[in-house]
Amino acid sequence: MLDDFINWLGATQASSIIQKVFWIIPTVQIAHILAISVVLASMAMFDLRLLRLAGTRHSIASLSRRFMPWLWGALVVLAASGSILIVGEPKRALGNPFFEAKMGMLATAIAVTLGFQAILKRDLGRGGADLAPSHFTAAKVIGLVSLTLWVGIAVAGRLIAYAGS
Amino acid sequence: MLDHFLHWLETTPPAIAISESSWLFPGIESVHVLAIALVVGSITMVDLRLLDLNLRDRPVGELIDEVLPWTWTSFAVAVCSGALLFSSNATHYWGTVPFRAKMLLIILAGVNMMVFHATIHRSIDAWGRQPRTPRAAKISGGVSLGLWIGVVTFGRWIGFV
Repeated sequence: MLDDFINWLGATQASSIIQKVFWIIPTVQIAHILAISVVLASMAMFDLRLLRLAGTRHSIASLSRRFMPWLWGALVVLAASGSILIVGEPKRALGNPFFEAKMGMLATAIAVTLGFQAILKRDLGRGGADLAPSHFTAAKVIGLVSLTLWVGIAVAGRLIAYAGS
Repeated sequence: MLDHFLHWLETTPPAIAISESSWLFPGIESVHVLAIALVVGSITMVDLRLLDLNLRDRPVGELIDEVLPWTWTSFAVAVCSGALLFSSNATHYWGTVPFRAKMLLIILAGVNMMVFHATIHRSIDAWGRQPRTPRAAKISGGVSLGLWIGVVTFGRWIGFV
């Protein structure tokens, strides 16, 4: 089933163009790395704030307004560039254990981020100036989980190259 | 002389361990990519502020003080992990164009940073609180952004040679 899809995708015209034009894959990979840099730096600053290890003079709400647009913007670039890489080399990614781990961690990281944003939004909606103090412990856990996941995503992404199928 | 050094580097115990192991290179490379991503991502934040494209409500000096310690820590990790990767196949890497180009761009980025600190950074208290930045700051931020994008480009390219 997956093999059929990989073979079909690899035989499409889009795939053959990406494979044939020598600069497409390196260029798209570079865009992908630059976008993951933006995600890692933004999320490191935000998660370290949740862990109270950096930026404590700024409110969580203000840092959220600052960094979340960069996360979502960079994720769009990552999804687009990642898709081009998959179409060009479907065998390299699909079915690769590191790719699967990466997608699993990505889905979890997005869910954790959306969950935290919902908590923050509710606290602010109740008239608070920032995250409610009762959620500080949860914020620390979320910061640690999120940071670990983003690091894991970047590492798994690099390791895709080493589990050739 | 240099050939001897590169050859000696390849025969040091860590270099041999890395080239003989199946997981050490990918492991160290992952650390290297993470560290570079943090260097480039954090510098980009400052560069975009210098270009007055981002974080305009935030004093430049404060942003630099907040971000730069993380940049330097990540840079130190990138240099150490990069040196280990280099040692495993030193003669080969030294002979490649993208490796040399990457090193050159890192040096230029360092020079750009020193020029920034020696010149416009001195008067940062005067202009850093304005949303608009002076032209010299914009040039410095733009040059830095371009150089670091180049570092990532040539870094990735090393793996294709």
